[in-house]
Amino acid sequence: MSENKKNINVMLVDDDVDFLTQTKIRLEAAGYDVRTAESQAGGEKLLEEFTPDLALLDLMMENMDGGFALAYHIKKKDPNIPVIIASGVTSETGIEFDAKTDEEKSWIKADAFLAKPIRFEQLEKQINILLKK
Amino acid sequence: MSILKVLVVDDELGMRLGMKKSLARHRINIPDIEEEISFDIEMAETGEEALEKVTTFQPDVMLLDYKLPAMSGLEVLEEVTSEDSEMVTIMVTAYASLETAVSAIKRGAFDFLAKPFEPKELRDVVEKAARNLILARQVKKLEEERRQVRFQFISVLGHELKAPINAVEGYLGILSDKVLGQEIGKYDDMVNRSMVRIRGMKKMISDLLDLTRIESGQKVRTLEQVNVNDIAKLAMETVEIAANERNIEVNLHADEEIVIEADSGEIEIIMNNVISNAVKYNKDNGQVDITLTYENEKVTISVKDTGIGMTQEEADSLFSEFKRIKNEKTRNILGSGLGLSILKRISGMYNGDVKVTSEPDVGSTFTVNLLTTK
Repeated sequence: MSENKKNINVMLVDDDVDFLTQTKIRLEAAGYDVRTAESQAGGEKLLEEFTPDLALLDLMMENMDGGFALAYHIKKKDPNIPVIIASGVTSETGIEFDAKTDEEKSWIKADAFLAKPIRFEQLEKQINILLKK
Repeated sequence: MSILKVLVVDDELGMRLGMKKSLARHRINIPDIEEEISFDIEMAETGEEALEKVTTFQPDVMLLDYKLPAMSGLEVLEEVTSEDSEMVTIMVTAYASLETAVSAIKRGAFDFLAKPFEPKELRDVVEKAARNLILARQVKKLEEERRQVRFQFISVLGHELKAPINAVEGYLGILSDKVLGQEIGKYDDMVNRSMVRIRGMKKMISDLLDLTRIESGQKVRTLEQVNVNDIAKLAMETVEIAANERNIEVNLHADEEIVIEADSGEIEIIMNNVISNAVKYNKDNGQVDITLTYENEKVTISVKDTGIGMTQEEADSLFSEFKRIKNEKTRNILGSGLGLSILKRISGMYNGDVKVTSEPDVGSTFTVNLLTTK
């Protein structure tokens, strides 16, 4: 385990329990501290309890835009917390989305988007980029 | 109210105006769609003008004079029917010979009206055309809807089958990378979870095959004397281990042995579905009550659980394909989302139905009614 990541807290919210378990295992093996929630509501609760260093959120949970709403609340708590939104929407519907224009960035409070299924190397790379900022 | 566009093509002004007048305030009712239809009428004097108006006005019905000055009615007819249009043409002519009628019909005319005619005759022939046109449109719409439903089913199915594969692939990846070290025991949970997902997928595939067989009518039905009580007991045995593990009591209530003429495989599918659901969606230490009754050639299988229940809204949407109530309580309960669709199809084969009453956190009662003879 790499010691330098010991104190990095990652907040992981996804209603796909398998994805949640697998990502948690891999992140912990990579040296991160991980706290998870299985729903948007669970995520909101987790946010009351601690402030993460980074968050990885599913987009569609019990609400269609759960990830966006959660991202908004995280940024409200601390705008410097990087937020990654993960979604299977692209692979399921072909609809690609991203916050590229200033207007989109102004209301979509996420720093990166990843399309599911996500390879762990891809996730780790994205985390490293965001944490170096 | 719908509006049907009619193009009147005749070189005689009196004829054009007469036809327009006959139809302008006329209304027709088509029983199947319960809608009143009125007409929007345009007129053309020559064949050339008619062709132009076919493009610009896009009529539903064209009343076409056979004898026109330059371009004849038949020529116009040939032009318009070559295009991909659902417009209906009625040939109108003073030379009412069988020959002209046949040649017009051969060229794609829907009907034929001989001059001179009474306004009622005109209305009748237009009404017949309108009826035909609207029914054809309805058939087309239904086909399109069916195509959509099939497409949606396949895309949802694709997603439902991909999800467990992704999950298992993820766990295998962790195992293969030995993320948790060399000790095999550390991977037990992952292996178990993978097994659960694979079993769920297998169940979905077999349910899907059942459903396809029922839908296509390929499933061979063997009607014989079937003891419903015995099948209920068999289904209870199937769920016994799962029920015991969670201390769920399963009881059968029946005043008599019910023997009906049915396909035993179908009754087994029904029984297994309702009873396994009642256990699956129950709470630990809960109860399942199966009640069998027979009255007026109707078998009623009622299965009551003390489970997680659902809201009325959830209950209403329950019988559509792949519909699974997704919430905290159902997260770890695996199902294909096809069981109730199958149940509905089978009960339909017995002119029966499936009903559900439910209350969140109290429980649900599923009632299957089958009409049959004892």
